[in-house]
Amino acid sequence: MRWLSLSRRALAPLAWLSRHGARALNAPTPRALGARRLFMASAIILFAAPALAVNPDEMLKDPAQEHRARELGKDLRCLVCQNQSIDDSDADLAKDLRVIVRERISAGDSDDQVRKFVVDRYGDYVLLKPPFKGTTLVLWVGPFVLFAVALAVVFGFYRRRAGAAAAPPPPPLSADEKRRLEKLLKETLPKEKGK
Amino acid sequence: MIAEIGHFALVLALCVAMVQATVPLIGAARGRASWMAVAGAASALQFLFIAVAFAALTNAFVTSDFSVMNVAQNSHTDKPLLYKVAGVWGNHEGSLLLWITILALFGFAVTLFGGNLPPGLKARALAVQAMIAVGFLLFILLTSNPFARVEPPPFNGSGLNPMLQDPGLAFHPPMLYLGYVGFSMAFSFAIAALLEGRVDAAWARWVRPWTLAAWVFLTGGIILGSWWAYYTLGWGGWWYWDPVENASFMPWLAGTALLHSAVVVEKRDALKSWTILLAIVAFGLSLLGTFLVRSGVLTSVHAFATDPARGVFILLLLVLAVGGSFALYAVRAPAMKMGGLFSPISREGSLLLNNVLMATGAATVLLGTLYPLIADALNLGKVSVGPPFFNAVFLPLMAPMVVVMAIGPMMAWKRGDLPGVLSRLKFVGAAALGVAMLVWFLQGGSSGPWWTGAGFALAVWLGLGTLVDLADRTRLIQAPAEAWGRAARLPRSFWGMVLAHLGVAVFIVGLTASSAWTTEHIQTQKIGETVMVGGFGVTLKSVDEVPGPNYTASRGSFEISRGGTVIDVMQPEKRTYRQPPRPTTTAAIRSGFLGDLYVVIGDPDPGKGGHVTRLYFNPCIPWLWAGALLLVIGGLISLADRRHRVGAPTRAGAVRGAKA
Repeated sequence: MRWLSLSRRALAPLAWLSRHGARALNAPTPRALGARRLFMASAIILFAAPALAVNPDEMLKDPAQEHRARELGKDLRCLVCQNQSIDDSDADLAKDLRVIVRERISAGDSDDQVRKFVVDRYGDYVLLKPPFKGTTLVLWVGPFVLFAVALAVVFGFYRRRAGAAAAPPPPPLSADEKRRLEKLLKETLPKEKGK
Repeated sequence: MIAEIGHFALVLALCVAMVQATVPLIGAARGRASWMAVAGAASALQFLFIAVAFAALTNAFVTSDFSVMNVAQNSHTDKPLLYKVAGVWGNHEGSLLLWITILALFGFAVTLFGGNLPPGLKARALAVQAMIAVGFLLFILLTSNPFARVEPPPFNGSGLNPMLQDPGLAFHPPMLYLGYVGFSMAFSFAIAALLEGRVDAAWARWVRPWTLAAWVFLTGGIILGSWWAYYTLGWGGWWYWDPVENASFMPWLAGTALLHSAVVVEKRDALKSWTILLAIVAFGLSLLGTFLVRSGVLTSVHAFATDPARGVFILLLLVLAVGGSFALYAVRAPAMKMGGLFSPISREGSLLLNNVLMATGAATVLLGTLYPLIADALNLGKVSVGPPFFNAVFLPLMAPMVVVMAIGPMMAWKRGDLPGVLSRLKFVGAAALGVAMLVWFLQGGSSGPWWTGAGFALAVWLGLGTLVDLADRTRLIQAPAEAWGRAARLPRSFWGMVLAHLGVAVFIVGLTASSAWTTEHIQTQKIGETVMVGGFGVTLKSVDEVPGPNYTASRGSFEISRGGTVIDVMQPEKRTYRQPPRPTTTAAIRSGFLGDLYVVIGDPDPGKGGHVTRLYFNPCIPWLWAGALLLVIGGLISLADRRHRVGAPTRAGAVRGAKA
């Protein structure tokens, strides 16, 4: 149902954003960011278009450095888009972030330093892979706990069944019952074979 | 006038659905045959009324009746007919009308084909089906009327989003909804079984083909959407772990688990209570997906809060449906008789393990999709959960499942022989290891990602393992002369399983190779300039303006050469639509056995001259589509199995057996 939310492949070609986006890089307050996102959420719906992200003029000369920038870019969120990385989005803010990442790489930062640089300015929200900490504990550990619980339930299921099977066997058939059983078997077996 | 008829038909359908939701239920409880029989007529009538409404809206779109607000907002006279029709479901109100139309169609199908069903079960299932219909009809009539008029009507409409004007997307929503809503059948029958208090092989035999049909449609719908994303969005991605995608993927996972556990109910009369739970969960996730997409909660929690009417209504619907059924389940399921015994090492055991992994996978996707909303609501701060998270957590859960998928079908029912099965698979294991090493060597060791070897090993393990099972069952090695005859006598459901599992293996190859080894060249290319991509020479020959029905395109012509000889011309387009005025890209794709050459034309570069071009070689992408196609074909063949046509075994015997 991808078509139902076009906004996520959105393009926000607003001069507004490029001006304010650049300023936001220097001193973003959380509240200002929240307000901007809210505004953009309504704006990007109006400007849905295919994403043609990384442009030739942004790319670094050194292929190894460019490769690092691309790998980093995949994990950084375009803050004004829905669930798009900065590599996938051609919003101006994403472009600004791509340029920042490349500037830091050219300045000799390690991958972790670049990530820290961006997180320091935008918060954890910018990371598409949330960091492992108190508030994301449930997210990271949850699936494996669930799996362990499910296995335990299945194990308990087998135990109970094994217990039920090991219960004292029913008393042996009486002579009358045996005769009835033989009669029944004779009646039904040929039919079963025919099926 | 026609629009009003459509509106009125919806109101009538609501009345009929209310009758259908109550009278048969009371009839079934009191054993009154005539009351139960109401369900059949009501379901036919309900379908008729909703079909009239759907036809009325389609008519408004085809004739461009801009006095209907929905048409004015989402259509335009210039649009080709296909997209006028597709525009019916290309918007909120219309897509809900499609939803309810398909729901009514399924209900009617129960009446048409359910002649051999026990009357009580049928009446109850149809009543549950009608309850869902009441909820959604109220939702449409109270919050999302597709027939609302606009005064004064505009001269022309604002047009359909150009990205939706694509054949892939025209058929994607109906396919997806057939799958989503198809799970309502399994749900209705699960609730009916809970009300009756019994589940048996006859129940499973009836539910399975409907679940299978829904699953086939859902699979097709999801893949159609992925395929569309692949050729439209312009950089060769096909899955983004987006909440909207997850909304369709979660019911798929639950539905796949349901298909497999229903086999155990049918063949072995075990796992009944779990199967019922899965049926509830699969449809619950479909409803949740509808809620996520329709309420606007994904765009932002704040947008949801500012216009809550729709969101709150559908949330209420979700809570009632899921909460109600879980409550019923909690009360009635413990009373259900335990069925056949089996050891953990058996066919049932491996299907159960598959179910545990699938369910955990679905829960993981659910957690990741909802976590940002939960964190926001609890003031834990803004969190993004994107593709890197899902890849890191979901894929490790699926790897063991693929390992079990090769072993499970070789196991005997009740008590399997694991060492025996593994010894039959030892050559397959060796081949998987060999391929993993070969892949590692070919990609240049650690210069590629570490997981490529693992991905290929899993694909080989599953693919060859499935083929070994097939060879054993046809005695291909021992008696090759008779193998063909044996193969022809194997049940179609077995062939369906073989094809679907092979499809997964082929899919894994495409997934692994395309994620790991895509090559990309982004540059400003001048006319006449050649770039080498994946062994192909790609030369930009010209860029021309080309008119379309409701857009103009700048079309690039690229000459493709291999070893100095020209083998093809590729023509990607960048289109600008007139109404609404938006650009879209259409990539040119040349598919081959080894992968796709993928060419996109971008904007002209005013500084240097020439155009920005994006050239990709996406290895093994066609394997993805081929794998998905095998899944769908496998499902269809299994659907054609003889036992689905000859009908269920008589129920009386099963009941007596259960009581004895």
